Amino acid sequence: MVVVEDVTTRPVSKPWLSPLNQRRWANFKANRRGYWSLWIFLVLFVLSLFAEFIANDRPILASYKGEILFPAVIDYPEEKFGGFYAVTDYRDPVISDEITSNGWLIWPPIRYHYRTVNNEVPEAAPAKPSWMYDKQTRCARYPKGVDDENCNIGNWNWLGTDDQARDVLSRSIYGFRISVLFGLILTAGSALIGVSAGAMQGYFGGWTDLLFQRFIEIWSAIPVLYLLLIISAILPPGFFILLGIMLLFSWVAFVGVVRAEFLRARNFEYVNAARALGVPNRTIMFRHLLPNAMVATLTFLPFILNGSISTLTSLDFLGFGLPPGSASLGELLKQGQRNLNAPWLALSGFVVISLMLSLLIFIGEATRDAFDPRKTFK
Amino acid sequence: MSEQPLLSVRDLSVAFTQGGKTQTAVDRISFDIAKGETVALVGESGSGKSVSALSVLKLLPYPAASHPSGHIMFDGADLLALGEKDLRRVRGNKITMIFQEPMTSLNPLHTISQQIIEILKLHRGMADKAARVRTLELLNEVGIRDPQKRLDAYPHQLSGGQRQRVMIAMALANEPQLLIADEPTTALDVTVQAQILELLDGLKKKNGMSMLFITHDLGIVRKVADRVCVMTKGKIVETGPTKEIFSNPQHEYTRHLLAAEPKGKPPLADDTAKTVMSGRDIKVWFPIKEGFFRKTVDHVKAVDGIDVTVRAGQTLGVVGESGSGKTTLGLALARMISSSGKINFNGRDINQLSFNDMRPLRRELQIVFQDPFGSLSPRMSVSDIIEEGLKIHEPKLSDAERDKRVVDVLNEVGLDPETRFRYPHEFSGGQRQRIAIARAMVLKPRFVMLDEPTSALDMSVQAQVVDLLRELQAKHDLAYLFISHDLKVIRALANDVIVMRNGQIVESGPSRQIFEQPQSDYTRALMAAAFKIETAPVGIVSE
Repeated sequence: MVVVEDVTTRPVSKPWLSPLNQRRWANFKANRRGYWSLWIFLVLFVLSLFAEFIANDRPILASYKGEILFPAVIDYPEEKFGGFYAVTDYRDPVISDEITSNGWLIWPPIRYHYRTVNNEVPEAAPAKPSWMYDKQTRCARYPKGVDDENCNIGNWNWLGTDDQARDVLSRSIYGFRISVLFGLILTAGSALIGVSAGAMQGYFGGWTDLLFQRFIEIWSAIPVLYLLLIISAILPPGFFILLGIMLLFSWVAFVGVVRAEFLRARNFEYVNAARALGVPNRTIMFRHLLPNAMVATLTFLPFILNGSISTLTSLDFLGFGLPPGSASLGELLKQGQRNLNAPWLALSGFVVISLMLSLLIFIGEATRDAFDPRKTFK
Repeated sequence: MSEQPLLSVRDLSVAFTQGGKTQTAVDRISFDIAKGETVALVGESGSGKSVSALSVLKLLPYPAASHPSGHIMFDGADLLALGEKDLRRVRGNKITMIFQEPMTSLNPLHTISQQIIEILKLHRGMADKAARVRTLELLNEVGIRDPQKRLDAYPHQLSGGQRQRVMIAMALANEPQLLIADEPTTALDVTVQAQILELLDGLKKKNGMSMLFITHDLGIVRKVADRVCVMTKGKIVETGPTKEIFSNPQHEYTRHLLAAEPKGKPPLADDTAKTVMSGRDIKVWFPIKEGFFRKTVDHVKAVDGIDVTVRAGQTLGVVGESGSGKTTLGLALARMISSSGKINFNGRDINQLSFNDMRPLRRELQIVFQDPFGSLSPRMSVSDIIEEGLKIHEPKLSDAERDKRVVDVLNEVGLDPETRFRYPHEFSGGQRQRIAIARAMVLKPRFVMLDEPTSALDMSVQAQVVDLLRELQAKHDLAYLFISHDLKVIRALANDVIVMRNGQIVESGPSRQIFEQPQSDYTRALMAAAFKIETAPVGIVSE
């Protein structure tokens, strides 16, 4: 047998990342803004996942009478330290003194949980960021004044407090986490439903497609915001209820692109070739068609993600979102709007939200570049 | 040549820059075209012939493309040095171009008259009425019958050949001095190809144009060109008058190209061999529905009552123009589309089986598709592609056993098994077709339907693939249903041939008989067009 085409030698083993994905990763990295945004976002997100160890009203670690305790993760009743409440308030000087005299405490860098009320605010809430006061004013409300050992940097309100004397920085950290998580879960859920629905329609076509399309047209004609307002009046609002309602409608966004991809690709020759091999429909859809649709879906993903985060924020802003008291960026914005004399509220909210959305969009842009087969970088 | 050549290309290089890497596509080529002369640039795909032609009009994607060296002298000016504005005066005016794909070269949303009139107005400043009259003349000139009626037709209402005629009319609208034809007949049937070539030749003589003809088909070159430039790997390796090149090729590559036609003849048909696949009265009718209730008013008879028999170790060739229903017949036999009639495979009637019941039989009934670029999933490695069928039909194989089968079959089709973890885009067209054949062969089928497996390949690669198929057939006693419009390949491979037209059999019989003594006018016209590039009298073949 004569083979004229020459074969250049290359590693024989299976590469861990297919050449296609290697090229995509290289393209992604070539978009410097997106690449750095990804890192910054990942660092912030991972940090926020451990928010309990960064901003909490309980110590991370404590030693009390020779016993090592983990107050941040385990609830100890106050009886343990000589009190009588079911939940220990470690910020209470009585308890903290009791523990320090029988051992030690390691506090997180910020000693406020998002719902912790600071009882020592120097002026009526909302209070300015602590670094804007001199030490005298800052410590005025502590029992021992300037000499009080609790008037330290761990009890600072770096970004001030809101109108209920809760620490804004702590609320921002938790708010960032809940927003991103909400966005991610909602996006993943809608992608799962939307891609499956689109895949079915596109692959089988015909009546399946026709009926489903009409259903989607009717379904997407329902005004989501009104429905949300009505439902949140009936059901107690909560993270998962909100997620569920939003999920009911947000999957529709994916159907169009995925269906189009499947309709286009189901007549590709390699799909026919697979059919001729006797490959079952399910496998054809997964192995041969889904990768085609994935590109379109992944391009869409960041925008859906941002959309769901902004929806959650706006619902919170209107007061129909997460239950009162939750750490929410929308609520922070609302406080900012109500307390124009306290610009740190609106500013923090604005900075956190815009930073989060911009990072995600930049990452999305880079993802789109990565999956664009025609994109070349010099 | 005593007089100044019309177009003179000197030391032309073309380089493409992508991702920091620069590749030279064309490397310092030089050629001249005299007035009234036809020069052919011949070469296989990737040889740089189209790129050279496109650079004459600076139609390459600049700045990704660049010209490190060279001049293109036309009419006393260097085209490469001209600005965009001056170039536009040359493009479509003194030099025009026709492309390979008549499907995509015309705007589907404008009537053909609009598209021709636009050119006349733009370049010649003609008034509406005059432009319309001239358009009629042009359409008449390019041999469109009833041009009056065709003026307001949209491109989709025309056949491929007619569309290419319209493209030619557009190219001629400004009476160019040089016509660049980039594979103008590759997408057309052989019969139509002959007609278009005759038309081009006639027009060239009548208008005194020069022509730069780009093609991979040596048969066409012999027919139309005065001089030939043979290109390979971006270089012109041989130039000379057509006759000399064909009778006395100097360069090794030219000789290789000339010798590359599929050769050899299959043994005589053996009627005693076991029948593997047979179809009786196969019909594939697509309903035409009309009205509110979608009542079926008529049928498109893609395949209309055909009998076929394919025997073990033998090849049945199915020949016909595009639209004759040959692929539909193959797909119906392979149960990829539904049909009526009896299909008997291995002594079993399979036309009533459901998709799931068919699955075990698919193993012995394989298909190799036309386009090796489309038929391999770009996201799967060669190994994944080949073992996909094994995973379904022999699920009990261990990973190591499966890998061994993949290695064996790659050896068998002449590919290095070391390359099995690479992806299809890293292979050439011929290698990809080998992968597609390997995918079918790994299951050890008894019947293989080959749907134009060679038509997307270069001539020399075609010959190799034909050799490979013949070898595999002899080794495994395979039955082939070989569908092709390329009579040369059919002659080299088929024992029996059926000639199809409009869904029906025009002629059938042993290959030798059909090729040596064709009985019907249609078959004769097909042969003449394919082997001698001659046109048939009006009415026998489609237009």
